[in-house]
Amino acid sequence: MADRSPSARADVCVVGAGPAGAIVAARLAEIGHDVVVLDAGPRFDLDDRTDRLDAHLRPGVDGRWGMGGERDAYASSGSRDYPLNAARVKGVGGSTLHWQGMVMRLHERDFELHSRHGVGTDWPIDYADLRPHYAEAERELGVAGADDNPFAPPREEPFPLPAFPPSHSDAIFAEACESLGLPIHSVPNARNSEPHGGASACVGYGTCKPVCPSGAKYTAERHVARAEAAGARVVDRAPVQRLEHSDERIEAAVYATPEGTEHRQEARAVVLACGGVENVRLLLLSASDAHPDGLANSSGLVGRYFMDHCFAGVGGRIDRPTRQNHVGFNTSECHALYDATDPLPGVKLEFLNYAGPAPVIEALHADDWGDSLLEDLRASYGTHLAVGGLVEQFPDAENRITLDHSATDDHGNPVPDVHWSVGSETRAAIERANEVQRAILDELGAEVDWVVGPDETGPAFHHMGTTRMGADPTESVVGPDCRAHDCDNLWIAGSSVFPTGGAMNPTLTIAALSCRLADRLDGWL
Amino acid sequence: MDLSRRDALAALAAAGIAGAAGATLLDDADPDPDLTTLVAVAETVYPSAADGVEPFVETYAAGLPDDRRDDVLDVATELDATARDWFDAPLADLDRATRDRLLRELGVDAADPDPDGNLSDRVRFFLVNELLYAFYASPTGGRLVGIENPTGYPGGTESYRRARMEDDG
Repeated sequence: MADRSPSARADVCVVGAGPAGAIVAARLAEIGHDVVVLDAGPRFDLDDRTDRLDAHLRPGVDGRWGMGGERDAYASSGSRDYPLNAARVKGVGGSTLHWQGMVMRLHERDFELHSRHGVGTDWPIDYADLRPHYAEAERELGVAGADDNPFAPPREEPFPLPAFPPSHSDAIFAEACESLGLPIHSVPNARNSEPHGGASACVGYGTCKPVCPSGAKYTAERHVARAEAAGARVVDRAPVQRLEHSDERIEAAVYATPEGTEHRQEARAVVLACGGVENVRLLLLSASDAHPDGLANSSGLVGRYFMDHCFAGVGGRIDRPTRQNHVGFNTSECHALYDATDPLPGVKLEFLNYAGPAPVIEALHADDWGDSLLEDLRASYGTHLAVGGLVEQFPDAENRITLDHSATDDHGNPVPDVHWSVGSETRAAIERANEVQRAILDELGAEVDWVVGPDETGPAFHHMGTTRMGADPTESVVGPDCRAHDCDNLWIAGSSVFPTGGAMNPTLTIAALSCRLADRLDGWL
Repeated sequence: MDLSRRDALAALAAAGIAGAAGATLLDDADPDPDLTTLVAVAETVYPSAADGVEPFVETYAAGLPDDRRDDVLDVATELDATARDWFDAPLADLDRATRDRLLRELGVDAADPDPDGNLSDRVRFFLVNELLYAFYASPTGGRLVGIENPTGYPGGTESYRRARMEDDG
């Protein structure tokens, strides 16, 4: 049986073994600090990845990443339903276990949205502050990319790995986009284009999301392995119940074990890194006489300003082969709309390499077989194209995470309640994105057969903003160094500290902030 | 379109299975009757253009992990018993149209694939979908549709760049 007893001595207790926590843990352990990592979920065996591939492809096979049930109960009471358990994974590696792996830097405007445009808020740091940490983060994640994006912020060095070459369908899109004055460029991917980090190059399973059986896609398990090699302890199935504290210091993280016991892990510092929803829940569950509205919540902002990225897309078919579903990742995108003011919310366009049905999945769900199935598969495969995109949400205090006291999880704790809506600026930006996406497909003579617009949009599963960073303790939860204003030894890692979220997939920024946090915390220790 | 033992090994590789287990199945002079039933199902659910179904299915089944293969062959036994009950003949002795009718009258075409469900659900899960998975997640099956690196098959990162499917060579 695994030893889940607390360590006698720890400099740092990291709560959550996703990328935000694992990077902090690895870097601090490698410096020589005593680190304990607690994660609510299990450690997933690398040898079981093909079983998870089966579970993804074959209806009736259980066992993707185990989300759901009493442990993960939640409520969704906003005007838009939020499918929280599809949006996260609990376990060693966190949501990088099921992520797609797109890793781009935020643009400079993202840090200065209020100053430039009078909306949202400014970050207390700017792109120049984070720039060296972005370079570190790209090395940490082994990013494959090319310096070919005319809209990207300035960078100082090449990507660690060469970019994946454009797809056949990218070449089709490039023709249309050139006519429309929309330059397309490569996608930075946290995926090995050549062997790296002890893992092989991508071998093209085509199932990156939700599982990469080859290990070529980065998951935070790499940093967990590094942390453990440097002496850190990583305890799985150890959900933290509350943070015990005095007025201004955390004394211990109290966690449960599968055996039903409760332990206290004391540490000089605690790093909260369990995502934009559970970070909030843990702070609210740790309310006390000294912190009656929740730990580190004197601002009243813990849980507020929840943001995600909204999907916008248009798909259709053309009269020539498009060669989709060979790989499960994208190789080209377009940031041409991102820094403009029409629309003001950021919009990132993505040219999908997996438009339309994958034949094997369609076959396993079909109500036919034999020659007629083959005929159906041939009719439905081969000529699909789609332009997707992410659209920014500005921070809105009414979009928030709270506790739902009417329901409890498997430990009797109130469950998180996600209040999520899509504001008018975002709706308008989705419509504008749809116009551009449709124009691209029209240019190709495509027959459009689906549109995801403002009424159909859904979240991209990027949980941001709920413990926002700022210089003013009355208007933010953590300071510019990611340390809580109200608690001397509490640090928060991950996208919950983002004051604004732009429209870029957040994990590279999460990683950059974790590199920076580790430096600051090392100095503090 | 000729299926081969090599295709079966590719399908096993796609499923993350090394393909060494159960090799004794192939050594028997007299084929396992359940395996014969499985081949008969494959001949029904695969396109008629597929040749070499028998060695493909035998190699695939032989390569499955023991417990997975046992489940598959147990359900094949049950299906064969149904054929004997309905048609007074083993499934393998029925013509393709009759096998097809048997499966459809059992409701297998509309069944939810469920390893713990009723016979129709289990036939869908353990026989029809196992066989379709082996076929359409393999390059040979994928090629019939137009994709030589189908989803679930580790076919590398060259094919997505090509304008057309490479020749079989």
